[in-house]
Formats: sequence, structure tokens, C-alpha cells
Amino acid sequence: GSLNKSSTYSTSESPTSFDDATHYNNFYEFGTDKTDPAKYSGKFKPMPWTLQIDGLVHTPKTFDLDKILSTFPLEERIYRMRCVEAWSMVIPWVGFPLKYLLSQMDIMGSAQYVSFETVVRPAEMPGQSSVFPVISWPYREGLRLDEAMHPLTLLAVGMYGKVLPNQNGAPIRLVVPWKYGFKGIKSIVKISLTEKKPETSWNLLAPNEYGFYANVNPNVDHPRWSQASERVIGAKGGFFSTPTKKTQPFNGYGEEVASLYKNMDLTKSF
Amino acid sequence: MAWLSRIPNTPWIKLALYILGFIPALWYFYLGMVGGLGTDPIRTFEDKLGIWALRFLIASLCITPLRKLVHINLLRYRRIIGLLAFYYVLLHFTVYLTLDKRLDWSLILHEISTKPYLIIGAIAALLLLALAVTSNNRSMKKLGKNWRRLHTLVYPATIGVGIHFMLAVKSWPTNMLVYNFILLVLLAYRVVASATKAKPQPIQNR
Repeated sequence: GSLNKSSTYSTSESPTSFDDATHYNNFYEFGTDKTDPAKYSGKFKPMPWTLQIDGLVHTPKTFDLDKILSTFPLEERIYRMRCVEAWSMVIPWVGFPLKYLLSQMDIMGSAQYVSFETVVRPAEMPGQSSVFPVISWPYREGLRLDEAMHPLTLLAVGMYGKVLPNQNGAPIRLVVPWKYGFKGIKSIVKISLTEKKPETSWNLLAPNEYGFYANVNPNVDHPRWSQASERVIGAKGGFFSTPTKKTQPFNGYGEEVASLYKNMDLTKSF
Repeated sequence: MAWLSRIPNTPWIKLALYILGFIPALWYFYLGMVGGLGTDPIRTFEDKLGIWALRFLIASLCITPLRKLVHINLLRYRRIIGLLAFYYVLLHFTVYLTLDKRLDWSLILHEISTKPYLIIGAIAALLLLALAVTSNNRSMKKLGKNWRRLHTLVYPATIGVGIHFMLAVKSWPTNMLVYNFILLVLLAYRVVASATKAKPQPIQNR
């Protein structure tokens, strides 16, 4: 179908190369090294795919991904991506706002959060059959309902005008550009509406290091390293051309999202 | 292993060891210059230098167990190997200051004074500095018995290096676990060796 490339939410910064964005990934289902996902995701079969939505909804539904793709108009969103490890990229995603999908559901008034789960397929995802699993599968993430309904919050099914590669979270993943990259859960099979704040994988692993909100914030350091600056990686020509820049609050999306957190102490709710 | 003792310990051999030792640093520097260190070349260069510092540290800690357990005597190369470990620590730290933090001193001071992995790393580096500057013959003579005592600081430095590595990474990557296991074994050997040495030898089979 047609792809709307004129989103006002897109940055004019130049995108990272496709090669770098697809060969430098954190996707522990395929291994903990940045180059593992590109190397070991070949066996993964993203299609056919179904996405289940349940929890505090009047009628739980299971969507076929093909159906989803033909229902919502796809648009390109060029977003900055800031990893909690203090590096960043710029990625042209293809997808649709999560709120379009959630608006297909009859959500109960008691729902306050949205939780997400990644598929579990140890036969196709070598990291999930590892003897010493880093994460207790499935990978889980969550958003507050108002964050989930924000127009910047995207479900991506592609990048660089192409179908989403396996190593980047095929066939459907979350992109929340004002939060650290680990919030962008990949290969989503289940979305649930909940009343309680959902458990999230990195928070379970190290609660003092990775908060539920994980909003990009140069003033709240990771306990082990500073978040004040970031390496803009993927520059051609080696380390003398890799720029370092000051990290922006909410990754530069403060104008759109700061109001979501106006009465909160962001050093406590980090 | 008698052939080993036939290798002369000439200045040429020492020079050759230094040249060999600096090949990894030069190679990764070259790759970094031409865009051959992947997507995040600064982090990669920093990591590679740290890993090589660790490898030389491990090699220097292997000299004694090799001599005692399998009778391979490489003692005469220990100083060079230890110094190489220190030079790689220095390069690792220099890359952190320059390429990574761009000499942003307020950020650097904030990080080094608040981040445990950097505090511990800096202490370990200072201990290794003390060992490096007293590694020459003159210091050995001057310090006498105290030289040995001073150089047992390599053990707390090693513990610091292991903790620094563990805290610098996000989760539990395999290479960190493997290197820390090796460090642990090498330190455990010292504990066991000194414990068995301290006991009076039983007189048997005489």
C-alpha cells in the first residue's frame, strides 16, 4: 500500500545506515552480543503471526498480523533512538500508532496500564535456550495507558521502507522514542490491559538500575554510568568521526510528552 | 621444557616482546581509523584495550603457577608482561578520557567520583602504577624485602579489575564471566598455595 512519509513527528536528522541499524542490536532472545541478533535470527519465522489482546477489555481479541497491516495506514516515522547504554541512532520506522490498535478494543474503565510480551520460541531463538538465561522469558514490557495512547507511541512493522528484519523485532515491535531503547519490546505476541503496574524484564533484573518509566533523562544517571551524553554511532569513517552529543530530556521529545509526567518526581519515578 | 631456558634474555628479545605486545593496540587503532571497528568504534576500541590489559595481567599471574605446577620457568619475562598490562590500562584510560568523554573534565570528575566501576577501576590503575614505577632493578635493590611485599598489591589490583569489568557491562556477558573465573582461579591458587605452605610439613616416609 501507500506509505505516508510526511509525519510531523519525524526528525530531520539523517538516519543511521541500514547496515548499522541491523547489525548492532540488543535482542537477547538471539544472544547477548550486539552482533548476535543479525547472526542467529535466520531461523526465526515471523509469519504467519497473531497478536492477542486481553486483560481489562470487554471482549479479548486475537488479531492476524495480515489483517492488522491491511486495516491501518502505514506511515514512516524517523525517530531518534537512545539506548540506556549511552549510544544513539536515528531510525526511519514504518508502522502505525499503538492507539489505533487499542481503539479497536472496548477497554474497561479500570485499566491503567498496558503490558506487552515477546514470543517464546527456544527452537528459533537460541538465546532462549541458553543454559544461563539472562532474562526470565518471555521478555516483558509495559506502559501507562496514557503513554500507550500517545500519538508518538508506535507499533513498527518495518524500517527503512522495508519489512522489519528478524533482528530488529519482526514482525511487530513497540517504539517509544522518548524512552530508553529497552522499552521497545520486540516480536510482540500479547498485549494486556491491567490495573496494576506490569512487571518489566529489566526492572525485574535490576530494579535500582532500570525503572518502569525509563524516560531518557540526562539528569538521572544510571547508577553505574552517566546519562548526560551519548555517542551518535554508526558514523562512517571510524572513531574520529563518531560525534558525542549532550543527551536531551525525553530524548528531545519533551514538548510532546513532558506533560504526561508533570506532577511526578522523575528522580524517583525513573 | 629445557628449550625455554635456552632462549636468551637479550635486549633484542625484550624489544621483540614489546613490539609483539603492542601489535593488538596498533591493529585496533588502525581499524578504528579506517572504520573497521563496527558500529560503535569508540566503545569497541576502549573494550579491546581493556581486554588486552586483562589478558596481560592474567599472563603475568600465570608465571608462578606455571613454574610451581608444571616447571615452566618464564620468570624472566614477567616484568615485561606486567608492564604491558599496565601500558594497556593506560591506553584504555586515555581512550576513555579523550575519544569517549572528549576531555569534558566536569563530566569525567563527576563520573570518576560517583560511579563505582570507575572508582574501583581508578584504584586498581593506581595500584598497577605503583607496581610499574617500582618494576626496575634499581627499585628492587632499594626496596629489598619490601619490594615483594609491595608487589603483592597485584592481588587487590586484580580483584579491582575483575569488579570493574563486572560493573561496566549491562548484564552477564559470557566473556566477562570467563575472564572473572580465570582471575578467581589464579587468586584461589595463591590462597591455597600460601595456606599449604604455612602448615608445617609432616615428616613421613623417611
